[in-house]
Amino acid sequence: MVKVILKDIPDLDKLDVYVNNGGFTALKKSVTEMSPDDVIEVVKKSNLRGRGGACFPTGLKWSFMPKGNEQPKFLCCNGDESEPGSFKDREIFEKNPLQFIEGSLIAAYAIGAKAVYVYIRGEYWKWINIMNEAIRECYVKGYLGDNIMGTGFNCDMYLYKGAGAYICGEESAMMNSLEGKRGYPRIKPPFPAQKGVWGYPTTINNIETLACVPEIINKGAEWFAGIGNPKHPGTLLYGVSGHVNKPGVYELPSGTPLMTIINDYAGGVLNGKKIKMVIPGGTSMPPLTAAECENINMDNESLKEIGSAIGTGGIIVMDEDTDLVQVLTRITHFYYHESCGQCTPCREGCGWMLRVLERIEAGLGRQSDLDLLVSVAKNIEGNTICALGEAAAWPVKFTITKFLDDFKAAIPADESALPEMNKVHALRKSPQYEVLNNNKEQEIVEGLIGKVREDVKEKRSAM
Amino acid sequence: MSNEITNHLFDEAELREVDRILAQFPEKMAGTLPLLWMIQEKYGWISTESMEYVGQLCEVPYDHVLGVVTFYTMYNQKPVGKVHLQICTNVSCMLRGADRIFDHISNKHNIKNKQTTPDGVYTIERVECLGSCATAPMMQVNNKEFHENLDLNKIDELLEELKQKYSN
Repeated sequence: MVKVILKDIPDLDKLDVYVNNGGFTALKKSVTEMSPDDVIEVVKKSNLRGRGGACFPTGLKWSFMPKGNEQPKFLCCNGDESEPGSFKDREIFEKNPLQFIEGSLIAAYAIGAKAVYVYIRGEYWKWINIMNEAIRECYVKGYLGDNIMGTGFNCDMYLYKGAGAYICGEESAMMNSLEGKRGYPRIKPPFPAQKGVWGYPTTINNIETLACVPEIINKGAEWFAGIGNPKHPGTLLYGVSGHVNKPGVYELPSGTPLMTIINDYAGGVLNGKKIKMVIPGGTSMPPLTAAECENINMDNESLKEIGSAIGTGGIIVMDEDTDLVQVLTRITHFYYHESCGQCTPCREGCGWMLRVLERIEAGLGRQSDLDLLVSVAKNIEGNTICALGEAAAWPVKFTITKFLDDFKAAIPADESALPEMNKVHALRKSPQYEVLNNNKEQEIVEGLIGKVREDVKEKRSAM
Repeated sequence: MSNEITNHLFDEAELREVDRILAQFPEKMAGTLPLLWMIQEKYGWISTESMEYVGQLCEVPYDHVLGVVTFYTMYNQKPVGKVHLQICTNVSCMLRGADRIFDHISNKHNIKNKQTTPDGVYTIERVECLGSCATAPMMQVNNKEFHENLDLNKIDELLEELKQKYSN
């Protein structure tokens, strides 16, 4: 089985072991034999796509960076990894941190950055220590700093510890956080390549994306492009969690069938139960029904065809006994908690969706609540600065529409048993409302307004 | 802001570390998060006084520092117990019984979410996904170590161990 990142070599996190296994040869080759444009061309040809969720072609992203050295340029490595269900980057920090460091140096060379910032979520204390140690050792042995490996290439690497905010995984929020501010996403354009961190051209890449780069340089673009689905090539780190026997991170070629991952690698569903729902790429991605799971391949193109996406490859499996109302309430609570508060649709909408879902979970839902939830979700989606709006809206919209029966069953059939909450609610249940409704209320209301206007006119003329 | 700092919360070695950190960035404001981490590491939480101090070191107004502290969840805005238990209750952990772990600790020590036991030992908190979904249920202790694959039968033992470890 081809492995690009999580290779089965013991102690690969040690610098001497890594170097003995061909470590830093790709960097040396890039810096001495290739121009920055050559590197970008190879990465473009390999068709490497970003592993952070958006699947943007990495080579293309690098090519957006302005040429020349009139102003500083930066590379930011996104190790915020906060999407529920994702836990792949920590595996890279633990098992193969040096390949990531090498990859980010190659990227820095390609885009002309002299400093690399590695942003890691604050909760990853253990992995931050590992990375600090790896960076320190690289400085000591001459793989970071000035004149790296005697090639004349200079690059610094700094680790930046987050402090607990999901939104900082969004690239522009991450830049604000790096500047020492609250993690508020920025409006684009300007894009980071034009005006990024501290106003300078910046490229932001996911940890897994950068960790793929050394192998692409060493083994060639064609080799990488030939792994898995050609439209989304390479291996992916699938993180499987939830109701499976062997949860964990599995590196497999893109396009591996979902059921193969669940049954052959993750040990099948707990207690031999059936699947009810699977989230394919972190909680913000539209979920799959058991039927959809049967024949789906795990790559972005295949998932897009059935209206979902690969996201971060965090697969959450739920068995037939799972209470989906509880699951969706929990997911919505997450986005409610993590909304940065800049955009009203997201800030307020998440709270509304959460309160309605909590009402349903408490057994006090109404049949109209389901339409209400979908309507709120649709009004968040597309109306926010960053993609957290979609991330919050999609689970609600798609879980309810795909598993409507589950949600209907959670709502009491006899709604009149519910207390009448307020005047409007009471009116809608009253005979007067029926009268208004049946007698074309619009006309009645318009008639009343007309009467007021006439009255005002009369008074004015009398004055 | 250019006022001389009279009351230092960091000693000389720590101030050298501050200089090292600030040298990593083109602007001093970027030191806000790392310096707040240093404060929390030393004092356990972030007081108004320490926010003013960080503001002076980074040459930013106190309001900016306050905004940062209240935005990020990992900064403690009030003192916490010696053993700060943060239990992930997000989806993957929930599916694996995180709520049972939370309820057990909560009932046994008679503390609700974000409360501290009267003896100041345990603080319990529900938190969002900590990126440890394959080893659910899990909790983080004192913003540092992860305790994964928690077992309801062994949780009391673990809490006792943690109490011994952090009480001195």
